[in-house]
This record gives sequence, structure tokens and C-alpha cells, in this order.
Amino acid sequence: MSAYEAQSSSEHLLEVKNLTTRFYTEDGVVYAVNGISYTMDEGDTLGVVGESGCGKSVHALSMMRLIPIPPGKIEAGEVLLRGRDLLKLSEEEMRHVRGAQLAMIFQDPMTSLNPVLTVGFQIMEALKLHQGMSDHEARARATELLEMVGIPEASLRLDDYPHQFSGGMRQRAMIAMGLSCNPMILIADEPTTALDVTIQAQIMDLVKRLRDKLGMAIIWITHDLGVVAGLAQRVNVMYAGSLIETGPVKEIYGNPHHPYTAGLLGSLPRPDDPPGTKLFSIKGEPPDLLGLPKGCPFAPRCTYAVERCFHEAPTLEPTEPGHLVACWEKERVEKIQ
Amino acid sequence: MTAPTVATQTEEPEVILRVRNLKKYFPIRRGVFQRHVGDVKAVDDVSFDVYKGETLGLVGESGCGKTTTGRTIIRLYDPTAGSVYFQGRDMAELKGKELRAMRRKMQMIFQDPYASLNPRMSVLGIVGEPLEIHHIANRSERKERVAELLKLVGLNPAFMNRYPHEFSGGQRQRIGLARALALNPDLIICDEPISALDVSIQAQVVNLLEELQEQLGLTYIFIAHDLSMVRHISKRVAVMYLGKIVELTDRDTLYTNPLHPYTQALLSAVPVPDPFIEETRKRIILKGDLPSPANPPSGCNFHTRCPVFQKGLCDVQDPEFIEVEPGHFCACHLVKPQ
Repeated sequence: MSAYEAQSSSEHLLEVKNLTTRFYTEDGVVYAVNGISYTMDEGDTLGVVGESGCGKSVHALSMMRLIPIPPGKIEAGEVLLRGRDLLKLSEEEMRHVRGAQLAMIFQDPMTSLNPVLTVGFQIMEALKLHQGMSDHEARARATELLEMVGIPEASLRLDDYPHQFSGGMRQRAMIAMGLSCNPMILIADEPTTALDVTIQAQIMDLVKRLRDKLGMAIIWITHDLGVVAGLAQRVNVMYAGSLIETGPVKEIYGNPHHPYTAGLLGSLPRPDDPPGTKLFSIKGEPPDLLGLPKGCPFAPRCTYAVERCFHEAPTLEPTEPGHLVACWEKERVEKIQ
Repeated sequence: MTAPTVATQTEEPEVILRVRNLKKYFPIRRGVFQRHVGDVKAVDDVSFDVYKGETLGLVGESGCGKTTTGRTIIRLYDPTAGSVYFQGRDMAELKGKELRAMRRKMQMIFQDPYASLNPRMSVLGIVGEPLEIHHIANRSERKERVAELLKLVGLNPAFMNRYPHEFSGGQRQRIGLARALALNPDLIICDEPISALDVSIQAQVVNLLEELQEQLGLTYIFIAHDLSMVRHISKRVAVMYLGKIVELTDRDTLYTNPLHPYTQALLSAVPVPDPFIEETRKRIILKGDLPSPANPPSGCNFHTRCPVFQKGLCDVQDPEFIEVEPGHFCACHLVKPQ
């Protein structure tokens, strides 16, 4: 990680260093997150992409300290929010961070909202706890928040239960809840995956407007490379618990240097493909995270793999300023046209 | 087959499936006496043709009736009204033995590779079941055929005694496909076959579907909400909204010259994996949510969200699904034939 430490300083909004999370299950140890490091600054929007099981959600839950312990355990690392290590805080201190400084919204708003409490109650709860508001103040603020996320007749809808909201409205309510205490960073874990494309477009439009208005940083976790292209400035690509490529979105999409990133981008159908074009496909399947493979986790599926890849894990090294890649053969990797 | 042909006035490519005014309503019942109080109009007057050897994409958002359309065609549901002519014969009129024989020719693969395979049956049992039901092969022939099918979909025949939980999502989808192919069908209805799979596996399954189509001369109805994948695989695409087809044409025309305001909004909402394009793209953001199919809006059922809605016309009169230019059908008051 030498290249990384050289450029890191205490000025960053968020600095994740060597974050490592494992789950000790009956079947063995699941190596969910394997030493990932990156930084984020004020107002950044970071996209985190990868397939299911690549550790993108577990990495976020680890930062929020929401990993169930046991079976989970954060083995090593630091999560510095404005220089303060969240992993060293007591549970009591952490409670004041969650929601207030670091807020998270989830994929399925139906399961993350409590079905027996009104939407208003759930938004007001955080305001009363974190900001010490009275019932009256909290209600006024909650109405304001629901209006901000575009729910019509907000003051009346506060008394509705989650099932009375549509999927899109529930996700709006979740966003309102996430933003209620003006967090420094909003972590969104696949917030539009369960929604239809026209509703997804509404939510993305809303998030962009709120970001420009409120200036918070966003970590947007998704498997949809299209969503990241339209929203983020930087992107982290994860594979099998490791961060394998990170850099500015335009740089990575235009000039991917990891074979996995290149393969993912290449496997998407393009509008100008003539009929009958074969899609590029990455051979094989994502690995099982029970037991960490020696060497590069992508090596068994990689067309560029050489002998060295199978026993020595590559570390993130810069190719361009701000663009880091973990691949021994990165110079040979080409974009798939 | 020497079946009586129905209205084949087309000289063009052979029509394998002809759907006319198909409706599927699910009754809503209330109270102790299960009084019929209304209907969910899942499919509401849908007509289209499918040509032999092509892939027809059927797209739309959740709840628009695309899956119900597929299931009604294959008669997993009995249609409320309308007819489905498959290879010239009306499926709705077939019963018993004849229906079973026709069903061999039409198969379906499902969205969720976890729910659509019986966890207590081995791969041999799952893929061989259609052969058993239709009394096609004895035990040893069956085994041979299953091995052949597994090879065809890119699985190792040695896996035939394993159970579904031992396979990944992509492999399970291949098992589902092998089962669908067991009876040499002519038409396969693919109901969101890739949406539960990881991005890197999706391309594998789509390539396999295309290879098999070429090899076996299959016809597909490909139901999906991923518009870029539908564009890749389909020859023609039908767009559904709230139980109706709003636009139907060949894929290039649909994506370059969409006429229906809903199609335009839907296409503009799809994120493109290219940051340079995304930067300058204009989106049509539809307001509101999909209305309930139990209580669809009056007139054109898109008028509540339509950006070009005209009061007094769109909210009163239901637009007809007409051919506005050769091969390009659209249901909108504001789109006139050319």
C-alpha cells in the first residue's frame, strides 16, 4: 500500500485503511472484505460497483459498525471520519455517529421501514434522539423533509404507515430519513435496484438535486454500471472482497486497466451493436468466499493471468494520477470494443 | 401438422403465434360470500404476431402485465377473453390430449432460478420429467437424452445426479433451459431469464440463448425490463403499460424513433454505462407512480403521467392500437398514421 499512504493526509473527509471483515460460520471462515483502502473528500460522490457477494455491502456495514458480531468480526483496519477512527469508538459513541454524521439507506425500503410505526414517527425518532427536538419541532422538520423529497401533501402523509406508500415513495421516505440530521456522508446501498426504471430516474434526479443543494458526500453501492456513470465522479470496483480498481469514472470507463473491469464493461450490450453480435462474456463464476484464494482472486477467470497471478496477490498501484489498479498485468489490459 | 389454418393472409415470414384481443382479468373478491367486487386487469386487450425464428421482446415495468401475457399464452392461466393461435390452431379451444400435445411445442423458462427448480429432485429428474410426463422415452433413453441436453446448455452431464442447491444461479438457469428444450419446442417464452443473475453471468446466458436459437431454429418471446439487453437480443419489441401494448415495432425503429410518449420516457430513463453520454443526456422524468391495474385511469391509461396529455381527449377516449407506418404499431391519440 505504499503508493496509497504517500498521497493520504489527514485532510480527507473519510479515509478507509486496510478494512478487513470476516464471518466465522459453521462452514468455515468467509473472507468478505479483504483489506480495502480509499479516501473521500467533501462533496464527492463515490460509486461502489461489483457483483453480489463481492463485499460491497459488507464494507459499508462495517463502516457503520452494523455487522452482526458474532459471526462477523472486523479483523483489522481503520475508518477515519474527519480523522476520528470509528472502529475504536464505544457503542454509545457510535450511536451518535450513525444517522447524524454517517447515514445509510438500504435496497428494500419495505423491510427497512418498521411496518407497525407511521412513516412520520420513524423520521421524527432520529430528529428527537440526535438533535434533541421537541415533538412539535420534529414534526415540522419531518414535514419539510418529506416535501423536500417530493412527497405531495407531506403533512398528511406523515401519519401513513409504510404499506400505504408505493415503492418509490418508500425510498423517498428513506432518503428523507437518511438526510434528516444533515449527515456528512450518505451511504446508499442499492437504493434503486428494487425500483422500476422510470421510478429509478425520479430517485436519481432527486438525489442529484439534493446533493447539489446540501453538499453531502455520497457512497452509492450498486451493480448497475449505468447508474454509476450518471451519478458518481469516482468509482471503486470490488471483486471477491478486494478493491481491484479505483479512479475517476470517466477514466475507468474509458480506460479500464483491470481485466475484470474491462470484462464487465465489455459484457454490456451496446446500442450500436449490429444484430447477431455476440456479447463478450467473462468465463466462469465469481469465487466462493469461504477460504481466500492465494494470489489474485480473479486469476482463475482471467484471460491475462500469468503464473505469478496464482500465488502472489497484486496490490493497488497507480497507472494514472488518481487511478489505481490491482493487477500484475495491467499494462497489457485493453478495453473491449 | 395438417391443422386448419386461420386467416393467413400474410405473404411475409410465417406467423407462429397470433395473439388477438387477449384479456386476463383476476377477480377481486370480498366478504364472507366472496362477492365479486372488481377485476385486476392484468392483460387488457393485447394483440400481436410472432414470426417463426424471431425474438420478440416484451418490455415494461413491474405490474404492466408482461409476465401474465406470457403465462396466458402458454395457458398457465386461462384467458378471460381473446384468442391465441399457435401454429394456426386456437389454443383456447384445445382440451385434454390435444392441449398436451400442443404444449410440447411451447415451453417457458422462469425468472427465479432458485424457485423454479424443485429442490428435492435431481437434475436428471428435473430435466427428464417432461419426457416422462409425455411418455417419450424409457429410463435409459431418458438418461441419454438428459445427458445430451445438459451438454447442449453447457453443463457437464456428470452433474445429472446432483441437486439444484449444488449449482450457482447461472447454472440453474441453464438447467431450466435444458428442461424447456427436452421436448424439442418451437417457441420458448423466456420470462426475465437473466434479471436474477450477476452482470458477468448475464452475457453468458444471453449468448447461450442466441446460439441455441440459431442451432435449433427456436422462436423466443423474451420478457424483460432491462431495455438494453432486450435491444440486443430482440428482432422486434413490444412495450407494455398497465395491461396494454402501447408500441410495437422492430428494435432499431423503436430505439431510434420511439413514437409513444411512454416509450420515449422509458428509454430516456435507462442509464447508459458511459459517463460522457450521461453528462449531457436529457431525461424525461415521469411524474407519479404506476396506477393500479384494479382501477385503471379513464381513457388512455397513461394520461395520468403523460407529459403531452391533452385534456378532453386523452382522459376520455381510449386510443386505438394502429399501424402508423408499415410494421410500426402505436396506441396514442397524438401519433397519426403517416
